[in-house]
Amino acid sequence: MTAAGREQERREAVGRIALLGALVDLYLTEIRIAIAEQFQYRVANYFYMVGMIAEPVIYLVVWSTVAEQQGGSVGGFTPGQFAAYYIVWTLVRNMNIIFTPYGWEWRIRQGELSGMLLRPVHPIHWDLGYFAGWKFVAIVLWLPLALILAMLFRPELEPDLLDVAVFAIAIWGAYLIRSVNYWILGMVSFWTTRVGPLFELFLTAELLLSGRLVPLALMPDWAQSLANVLPFKWTFGFPIEALVGDLPADQLLGGLLMQLLWIVLGAIGVRVVWRFAVRRYSAVGN
Amino acid sequence: MGDSMARPPREPLRPARLAAVFFRVGAMNELQYRVNFVVQLFQSAIALVTGLAVLALVFSHTSELNGWSQAELLAIMGVHIVMGGLIRTTIQPNMLRLMEDIRQGTFDFVLTKPDDAQVLASVREIRIWQAVDVIVGAVVLAVALSQLSGSIGPGEALAFGFALALGASMIYCFWLILTTGAFWIVRMDQLAELFEGIYQSGRWPVTIYPGWLRISLTYLVPIAFAVTVPAEGLTGRLTPETLLLAAGFALGLLMFTRWFWRFGLSRYSGASA
Repeated sequence: MTAAGREQERREAVGRIALLGALVDLYLTEIRIAIAEQFQYRVANYFYMVGMIAEPVIYLVVWSTVAEQQGGSVGGFTPGQFAAYYIVWTLVRNMNIIFTPYGWEWRIRQGELSGMLLRPVHPIHWDLGYFAGWKFVAIVLWLPLALILAMLFRPELEPDLLDVAVFAIAIWGAYLIRSVNYWILGMVSFWTTRVGPLFELFLTAELLLSGRLVPLALMPDWAQSLANVLPFKWTFGFPIEALVGDLPADQLLGGLLMQLLWIVLGAIGVRVVWRFAVRRYSAVGN
Repeated sequence: MGDSMARPPREPLRPARLAAVFFRVGAMNELQYRVNFVVQLFQSAIALVTGLAVLALVFSHTSELNGWSQAELLAIMGVHIVMGGLIRTTIQPNMLRLMEDIRQGTFDFVLTKPDDAQVLASVREIRIWQAVDVIVGAVVLAVALSQLSGSIGPGEALAFGFALALGASMIYCFWLILTTGAFWIVRMDQLAELFEGIYQSGRWPVTIYPGWLRISLTYLVPIAFAVTVPAEGLTGRLTPETLLLAAGFALGLLMFTRWFWRFGLSRYSGASA
C-alpha cells in the first residue's frame, strides 16, 4: 500500500470516529434538553403517570381477587407476586414510552419533518435521544409512586444480582425495540392518513401478547406460542419477569440476545421503510 | 364576567335549546366525514373484542369474581361502554375545547356571548360518531340481560335510567371541576389520558377494589355511581338507599361545581385573542 493510500485510510478512520463522537454528543445534548424540558412540566407528567398507573392497578386487583378466590394463587401467581409483577410493570411501561406513531401525521402535515431532513443525521437519532432523556425524569418521578404502590400492595420480590443486572439492560432493550417498531408503524402515515385503526390493531395485539395485560403464563397455550414469535413480549413480559420471576441464567441471557435480535431486525426495517417513505414526502414553505 | 352583560329574558329551557342548536350544527359538521363512522365502528369493535377476551380470560381461571357471575360482569361492561360513549360524545370534547380556549385566550369569545358561560362551554362540541359506543354498549347490555335469570320490570328499568342519568351528571361535574383547574394550571393536556386510565377501573364492580380505592372511585372520581350503581339496578342489587345517596351526591356535586366554576372564572384574565 502506498503512503497516500495509508494516509487516505487514516483520514477515513478519523472521520468515522469524529462522526461517532458527534453522534454521542448529539445524544447527550438531546438527553440534557429533554431532562430540562420535561422537568418544567412536572404536573403534566404526573397526571400522565397517575393515569398510566390506573391500568396495572386494575389488572392487579382483578387478578389478586381471582387468586384469592382460587385458594391463594392462580397460574403460580400469589397476590404478592402479582403485586411485584404489576409494580415493576409501571417502570417498564414508562421505559416503553416512545415517539407515538400518531405523531407522524402531525410531523408530516405541519412540515416539521422538513427541518429534520436538513440535519446531517438520520431523524431517528433525535427521537431516540430525546425520549431517552425523558426516561430519567420519568424514573425520578416514578420512584415515590412505586414506594406508595409497594406500601399499598405488599409485593413479594427477591431478585438476585444477575436479575437486577439483566433487568437494567432489558428495560433499555425494550425501549429500543419499541422505538424502532413504532417508527416503522408510524411511517405508514407517509402513505395514508387513516392510520388510527391500524395502530389500534397493533396496540391491541401488543396488549394481549406482550404480558402487559396479564403475565403470559396465564394466557392459553396457543397465545403463548404466538407470543414467542412476536417482538411484543420482549418489551413487557421479559424485562418484568427477569426481575420478578425466577428465570435461570441461560434464559436471562438468551432473552437479552432475543432483544438484540429484534433491535437489529427493527433497525433494518427502519432503514428500508424510511428509504421509500421519505420519497413520498413533500412540503411547501415553512 | 358574562353575567354582567345584558341578560336575555329568563327562559328555563334555554340551555336545552342551546344544546339542541349546537347539536344540530355539530352533527351536520360531522356528517361530512362519513368515513369516520367506519373508522369508529372498527375501533369500537377492537375495544369490544379486547374486553370480551379479558372477561373470558378471567373466567377461564375462576367461576365468579367477588360474587359477580360472568353474565353480570358482561352487564357492567355494557354499562361501561354506554357511559364511555356518552362521555366521549358530549362531555370530553367540550372540556378539551374549554381547556384549549383558556390556554389560548380564545375563551374570550365565550364570555362575550350573552348566555351563561358554563352552559355554553358545556354544549359547544359534539362527536356524533363516538355515539357508536352507546349502541355497542346497549347491545352488550341486552345480551347480558338475556343471559341473566330474573326479568327486568319497568321499575328496574326506570331505576337504571335514573341511576345512569345521575352517573352521567356526576362525571360531567368531575370533568368540569378538573377543567376549571386550567384557570390556575395552564397546561392540562394530559387530563384526558388521566381520566381515560382511571375510567377503565369501571369495567369491574367497584366492590373488588380495596377500601381506600373503592371510596376514591365512588366519591373522588364518581365511577362507581356512573357504572356500578346503574348495573346494580339491572342485576337486582340496587337498594333505594343507594339510589337516594346517588341523587343526593349528584345534587351536591352540581352545586359545588357551579360554585367552583364561578370561582375559577374570576381568575381568568383573558389574553386578547
